[in-house]
Parts: sequence; structure tokens; C-alpha cells
Amino acid sequence: MTEWVVEAKDITKVYQMGEIEVHALRGLSVNIAPGEIVSIMGPSGSGKSTLMNILGCLDRPTSGEYSLNGEAVAELNDDQLAEIRNRGVGFVFQSFNLLPRATALANVELPMRYAVLNGRNRKKVATEALEAVGLGDRIHHRPNELSGGEMQRVAIARALVNNPAIIMADEPTGNLDSKSGDEIMTLLKNLNKDRGTTLIIVTHDPEIAELTDRVISIRDGRIAE
Amino acid sequence: MNFVSSLLEALESLTSNKVRTALTMLGIIIGVGAVIAMLAIGNGTEQAIVGEIEGIGTNLLFVMTNREDVTNPEPLTIRDAEAIADPIYAPSVSAAAPVIQGQAELTAGGNVATTGLVGVTEEYRVVQNVELSEGEFFTGTQITGLASAVILGTNVAEDLFGRSDGLIGETVRVSGQPFRVVGILKKKGGSEFGNSPDDQILVPLTTAQTRLLPRTTKNQVDLIYVSAIDADSVQQAEDQISLILRDRHKIKLGEDDFNIISQEMFLDMASTVTGVFTVFLGGVAGISLLVGGIGIMNIMLVSVTERTKEIGLRKAVGAKKKDILTQFLIESSLLSVIGGIIGIILGWLLSLGIGRIAAASDFILTPAITINSVLLATLFSAAVGLFFGIYPANRASQLEPIEALRSE
Ligand SMILES: Nc1ncnc2c1ncn2[C@@H]1O[C@H](COP(=O)(O)OP(=O)(O)OP(=O)(O)O)[C@@H](O)[C@H]1O
Ligand SMILES: [Mg+2]
Repeated sequence: MTEWVVEAKDITKVYQMGEIEVHALRGLSVNIAPGEIVSIMGPSGSGKSTLMNILGCLDRPTSGEYSLNGEAVAELNDDQLAEIRNRGVGFVFQSFNLLPRATALANVELPMRYAVLNGRNRKKVATEALEAVGLGDRIHHRPNELSGGEMQRVAIARALVNNPAIIMADEPTGNLDSKSGDEIMTLLKNLNKDRGTTLIIVTHDPEIAELTDRVISIRDGRIAE
Repeated sequence: MNFVSSLLEALESLTSNKVRTALTMLGIIIGVGAVIAMLAIGNGTEQAIVGEIEGIGTNLLFVMTNREDVTNPEPLTIRDAEAIADPIYAPSVSAAAPVIQGQAELTAGGNVATTGLVGVTEEYRVVQNVELSEGEFFTGTQITGLASAVILGTNVAEDLFGRSDGLIGETVRVSGQPFRVVGILKKKGGSEFGNSPDDQILVPLTTAQTRLLPRTTKNQVDLIYVSAIDADSVQQAEDQISLILRDRHKIKLGEDDFNIISQEMFLDMASTVTGVFTVFLGGVAGISLLVGGIGIMNIMLVSVTERTKEIGLRKAVGAKKKDILTQFLIESSLLSVIGGIIGIILGWLLSLGIGRIAAASDFILTPAITINSVLLATLFSAAVGLFFGIYPANRASQLEPIEALRSE
């Protein structure tokens, strides 16, 4: 048995653009242990987001083996992948990706709506998650009534509400100033400390990489050592 | 995702763009409204006509000369009527009433009226179930004796005398000849087919034949009303009349020179005509419902495109294909079902309005909204919503999460 949450071997990803093939990942292997905080760095276009999407089961690799929590992802159907995205991973995006018309509370409730066990206390859990990210007094605000840092905290609350083993964040601080960025990092690190959540963070910022246990560098779709 | 929260979410999404939602619904509202109103009017017309025909009496038969298929038909006569009434040859016939019909000009005290005139025998009273508000029906002597006696319909009496009672013994000139009023017909009320008994006068058949509406052949009549002994014997009576008249008119082969028409045939004819009419109206209305459905599909497709990113996000946080599918199907069905309900109300109001207009122009039409037409419209509109929602919803559910998320 494996002791890795993330176990990826020889992952490739080829985008077919008409005649041209774009090799975004060229045989990349990476293992991440439970409870680890890992940052992924590399120049623009090196394949960081592509890797993240595959690790988060938003996308499938062209070839290679990938196991999440010991489960071979290639053998899962679309519905099973949806379930992993729902309960196994929490995603935090650079551009927040909140539902614009829904309140903070409704946004945080969203993953619970698609959960198999969708309990009666959805509102309560969502409120607690918002309180945990320090937005207890903003639960009825809509995204356009929140600051960038606040929106990202709503997104984090949404990511953690189903208690996933891993939270993946693709440049979570990319659209924020350094103060809000620091707050987001503190929040994520506390989550790791309190719940043992594994964190995978894509970043361009060396200061943020500094705060993580391990830095994985990527260049041209390969691990750069 | 449970159904109630899906429903609430769909409602929320529909109310977030009220103008668009209202315009999309309008197509369904008009479609369903038209279906309901058209079916109501079709059914109402049918009921009115059927009621009218049934008012004639279920065991009544009409015997008339067939002028269409036969070049030189032998006219019907009083003797034919007597033969038809013979209980030995026609045991299923209870009475046969020969009549002559025409128009006559009436004058009384300076008032003039042109009315329908019917020359009748005693049997007419039985066969047509004649009731008088005053006076007596013609006696046998009056009929055989060419009496100058007349029975007036109530409207005729009103036109000539300004009243319809206390007129027994008054004199009326029919085509210039003095007649004595012996009775007034009971008021029957409106009739959709014109010749209501209220607008007619009755005179003895012999009198009409000799003095008012002379016919070429001796004893010739225009029509024989026959009543069968009961509703079940109508067919037998028809067969017996046929045999008797063929024998009397010496027809061995080929087309009969007379027609026997039963109320059944009228009913069949009428319901065929109104059936076609109703289907036609319903069909035209159905097309507008279809157009409404296409409107729904159009808006749903726009909505899927607009919300691609939202769909991507929902998938990223765990929505399955069927979650997205149901979300959009619920939205499209909700659009059409709400539109359908409003449409039913609109159609109901519309048919009431049309009923009023018809009533104002003396055509008694009670629009009949049947449970069936409501069910039909509801199911049809829900089906339209589902059917035209399937394609957009399916498109939404097939989106790849990452590509949908990346779209802007
Ligand atoms: N959907 C796509 N179709 C075609 N090519 C793509 C697609 N997505 C990414 N690529 C290509 O794959 C490569 C890696 O892209 P990716 O988004 O992973 O880079 P990145 O490391 O996240 O860059 P950045 O730091 O700018 O976000 C790029 O060359 C990009 O052009
Ligand atoms: Mg990227």
C-alpha cells in the first residue's frame, strides 16, 4: 500500500490544436504525502495549471498513471470523478470563480448540494466555514459586495466545506495585494495545522513558496531539478 | 441535490432575468391560451348543434323527395303518408305527418308580416309535440273541410297584434284571404337554424294545398314527418318506410326517388363537421404552442452559453451530468408549465369573451372548457418544455469541467 495522497507517474498531456500538438506535460512524476504543504513553481506556460487540473481530477492526462488517495483515477467514470471533486479535493482558483448572483452563504453551500449525504444542517456548516475564514459578518453579501481577499476567503470556505483531504490552489494570491495574500496563506496553513489537510499551491511568488514544506519546480512540462 | 432546492434554484434563476423569462413564457401563454380557447369554442359549437338536433326528438324521421339523384321523382303525397302510417305494413311507425311548407304574407289591423307557413294534418300535433298556449289544435273536420283556421307562432302574433294572448277568434289575412285564429303556439325560444316554430303559422293541410301553396300533383306534400314507436325502432321504421314507398313508387332497381333522414344522420353529420372544425382549430393553436416551445429552446441555448462558466464551476465542485441536466430541464419545464397555467386562464377568459360576443349576436354558444382540454394543454406544454429543454440541457451537461471553467 501507498503512503502518498498524490502519486503521479509519467504524466503527459497533449493538447490538439488542429494540426499542431501542444505538449503541456512531458512525462512528469510527483508524489505528495498526507499533510504536506507543497508549492509548485515555474515559468509561465510550463504546465503548472495543467498539472493542477489533472491532480484535482478536473482533467484527464493523455497518458501516465495517477492515483489519488490510493485510487487509480484512470479507471473512474465521470460520475466517480465528480464525486472526488466533491468530497476528495477542494479547489481554489486565481479568479475566485464564485457564482455572481448567489450570496457568500449560497456559494459555500454549493458543494454540499451535490454531496450524496446532503444533510439538513447545510446552512449551519456553511456558516461555520465562513466564520472559520473570518467572514462571519459577510454571509449574506454577494461577490460584487466583497473585496478580492474576501472573495478568495469565500472560495476557501467553499473548498473546505466538505472536509476534503487535499486543497489545491492555483495562484490563490495572484489577484491579491501582498497583505491579503499573506492572510490567505495564514488561513491555508492554519487549515493544514488544524485538520491535517494536504495543500498544493501553485505560485509565482518566492515568498509564498518560502512558507511551504517543499517546492516543486516545473520547466517545459517536466520536473526541473 | 434534492428536488425542492433544485426547484428554488431554478425559480431564482428565472426571476433573475424577468423580462426575458416573461417574453419566453409569452410564447407558451399564447399557444396554450389559443389551444384552450379554440377547443372550448369547438366543443361549445358541437354541444350547441347537438342540443339543437336532439331537440327535434330522437325517434323522428324525415321523408322527402330525392331530387338530386333521380331525374323525374314521383312526388310524395298524402296517400304515401297514409300508407306509411299503416300499422300492418309499418308496425314500427307510430304516426306520419305530411306537410306543405312555404311563405305567406299576413296582415291584421294594418300590420304586415311575412312568415313561414306549414300546412298540417292532425298527426303533426303528435309528431312535432305541438303545444298551444291558448286555443285548440285543428279538429278533423277543420282539416278535411278546408277550414280557414290558423294557429300563430308567438313572434308572429306579437308582430301582428303586439301581444300573444286573447287572440282566439281574431281575423288574420293570409295571402289576402281571411283566416280565423284558433290557437297560439307555446313559445319555444331561440333556434340556431332559423325556422323556429315561434316564427311560423300553421293551417290545415288541405287549405294550404288548395288555396295558399298550390302544388302540381294532386295531394302532393313537401315532407312527411314520421315518428317511430320508440328510439330503438328508428332503423326498422326506416326500412319499412323504404319498402312501402318503393312499392308505391314502383321502384325495382336503382336509386330511390325519396330520402329518409334520421336524427342520427344529422348528429353524425354535425359531429363530423364540428369534429373537423375542432381538430382544425386545435391544430392551428397547437402550432403556436410549438413555436412557443422553439422559443424556450432558443432561450435555454442562450442561457447555457451564457452560463458555461457557471456550469464548469458547478462541475468542479462535484455536480454530475445528471445534476446539470435536471437543473436545466427543471428551468425549461418551469417556464412552460407556469406559462401553461397562465395560458389556461387566458384561454378561459378568451373563450368566455367569445361566448359573450356570440350571445350578443344571437348564437347561443357556451364555450365548453373540458377537463380533457385542460389536461391536454398542461401535459402538452410540460412536454414542450421538456422536449425543447432536452437539447440545451444535454449540451450543458456534456461540457467538460475544465473547458467550461476556462470560458469567459
Ligand atoms: N486548452 C488548451 N489548449 C491548448 N493548449 C493549452 C491549453 N491549456 C494550456 N495549453 C498550453 O499548455 C501549456 C501549459 O499551460 P498552463 O496553463 O499549464 O501553464 P501555466 O504553467 O499554468 O502558466 P501560467 O503561469 O501563465 O499560468 C501552455 O503552453 C499553454 O499554451
Ligand atoms: Mg496557470
